[in-house]
Amino acid sequence: MGAEFVSLSLTPMLIGICAAIACALPGNFLLLRGQALIGDAISHVVLPGIVLAFLVTGTVAAWPMMLGAGAAALVAVLLIEAIRRLGRIEPGAAMGVVFTAMFAGGVLLLEQSDTSQVHLDVQHALYGNLESLIWLDATGWSSLTDPEALRALPPELPRIVLTLGFVILFTAILWRPLKLSTFDEGFARTLGLPVRALSLGLVIVAAIAAVAAFDAVGSIIVIAMFICPPAAARLMTDRLEAQIGWSVLFAAMSAVLGYVLAGYGPLWLGGQHAISAAGMIATLSGVILGLAALFGPHRHRSGAPADG
Amino acid sequence: MQLELARLDGQAPGAATAPQDSPLAIRGLTVSYGEKPAVFSVDATFRPGSMTAIIGPNGAGKSTLLKSALGIVTPLSGQVTSWGRPLNSQRHRIAYVPQRASVDWDFPTRVLDVVLMGLYRDLGLLGRVRTRHLEKAMSCLSRVGMEGFADRQIGQLSGGQQQRVFLARALAQGADLYLLDEPLAGVDAATEKAIIAVLKELRASGCTVIAVHHDLATVTDYFDHVFLINTTAIAAGPVAEAFTAANLHRAYGGRLAQTPVGTVA
Repeated sequence: MGAEFVSLSLTPMLIGICAAIACALPGNFLLLRGQALIGDAISHVVLPGIVLAFLVTGTVAAWPMMLGAGAAALVAVLLIEAIRRLGRIEPGAAMGVVFTAMFAGGVLLLEQSDTSQVHLDVQHALYGNLESLIWLDATGWSSLTDPEALRALPPELPRIVLTLGFVILFTAILWRPLKLSTFDEGFARTLGLPVRALSLGLVIVAAIAAVAAFDAVGSIIVIAMFICPPAAARLMTDRLEAQIGWSVLFAAMSAVLGYVLAGYGPLWLGGQHAISAAGMIATLSGVILGLAALFGPHRHRSGAPADG
Repeated sequence: MQLELARLDGQAPGAATAPQDSPLAIRGLTVSYGEKPAVFSVDATFRPGSMTAIIGPNGAGKSTLLKSALGIVTPLSGQVTSWGRPLNSQRHRIAYVPQRASVDWDFPTRVLDVVLMGLYRDLGLLGRVRTRHLEKAMSCLSRVGMEGFADRQIGQLSGGQQQRVFLARALAQGADLYLLDEPLAGVDAATEKAIIAVLKELRASGCTVIAVHHDLATVTDYFDHVFLINTTAIAAGPVAEAFTAANLHRAYGGRLAQTPVGTVA
C-alpha cells in the first residue's frame, strides 16, 4: 500500500467510486418511478453524439466528446418524453424505441467515418478504460499534497468529482419534492409542485451523471450502477432515506471490491492477466443484488397483512 | 343549516351559489383522453360549507372532473376558480385525497412520513421537521384512529388503513376545501364510519367537502348535496332536490338496477 498503490490504483478506484455513486443516487428515484432503464438508454444514445463530435472536431478530445454525448442524451430525453406524452406509449417502450434507434444510428455513423486512426470503437464505449486512468506522477501518499503531482492527475477524476458533487447537491436540495412527486404525482401537482420539470430535471441529472461516468468508466458500469445498488438497497430497508445510504454503500463496495478482484483475483487463482475492472465492478453489483434478494431483511414485498 | 343560510341571503333553497363565493366553481370544463371526451362542457358551482357527493356510472368522468379541476389532468377547455380567484392562487386552501390505487404502496416510506407530506407548505424545500410538525402529524393520525401505526411501512396497512392515512395527510394540510376521490372504495365498515365522521366534523367547522362516491344507498345519510355526472352534468343541488329517481335514471340509464330508488325523495 505505498507508492505503487497511489500511482496505479488510487485514481482508478476513486473514479470508479465517484462514477458508481453519481449513477446510483438518481438511480434510486428512477427505480421507484419505473424508469430504471433510462440509464441503459442514455449510455446507448450517447454513441451517435460522440461519433458526431468526432466527425465535427476530428479529435477524440474529452470535452467535445462529452458535449456531443450530453447533447445526444438531451435529444434522447426529449424524444422519450415526447413519444411518451404524444404517443401515449408507456415509458419503457418509449425508451426502447429511442435508444435502439439512436444506438443503431451511432453504429452506422461510426462505420461511415474514418476512425481507424483513433481509439474509438464499440468495445471502448462498453468497457471504458478504468485501468488506464493512472496517476504516473505520484510517488506516494505525499503526492496528494504536492501541487506539481496533482496537476498530472487524470482529468477524468476532477470531472467525475464535480459531477458527483452536482448530483449530491441536486438530490439534497430537491429531496422533498422529488420524494413527494415520486410517491404521489397527483398530490404533488395539487400542491403546485412543478412535477413535469422535476421529472425532466431528474432525467437530465441522470444523463449528466451517465455521460460523465461513461467517459471515465464505460457504459457497462453506468447501466449496472443505475439499477443494481438501488434495487439491492430497496431490499435492505423500508425507508427511502436509508435506501439512499445503502445504495451509496453498495455502489462504493462494488467499485472498490470489483477493482481489486479484477486486478488481483486472477493472480490469486493462478491466472496470468488481470481482467476487466469495469466488467468485474458491474458483475459484483449484480452479485450484491442477488445476495440482497436472498437475505435482505425487507425482501418480502408489501401486501403482507399487518400484524396488529 | 344550509337552507337557512340560503333563505337569509334571500335566495330560494338550493339556488345557485355565486361563483365568487364558491370554493370550487367550474365553467365549461371539457377533458379528453382520446377521441371521446371523458368530461364534456361541465359547469359546477359547489356551495361553501356543503358536503357534496359526485355520483355517476363507471367511466362517467367523476374522477376526471376532480383531477382536471385541480390541474392534475390538463383539460381541453374550461375555467376553474376557487373563491372567485384562479385555483392556482388558492392551492394552500385546498386538500386532495387521491384514489388509493393511484400510488405504489410498496414505496419505502412510513405512515408518519406520508402525513408529513401534507405539511409540505409549512416545511418548504429545506425546512427542518420540528416537534410541532411531528405533533401536528400525530394529531391528524389520531383523528383517523391511526396514531398507533406511525412507524409502519405503508405497504403493511390494510386498504382501509391506507385510506385513513391519506385522509390524515389531507387533514395536515389544514385546508378549507377537501376533494376526495372515492374515499370509501374498498374500505371496511369501521373505516367508512371513521372517514364519514371526520368529513362531517370538517363540514361542521365550516369546510367544504366534495367526494366522488359510488354507493347510492348511502348518499342520503352521508351527504347534503349531490352532483350527478355522465360525461355531461346531469343534475346538481341539495340531496332532497337533485337526488331523484328521474335524475338517477338520466345519469345511469338502464344500468340502474338495484338502487334504493324508493327511498329517494
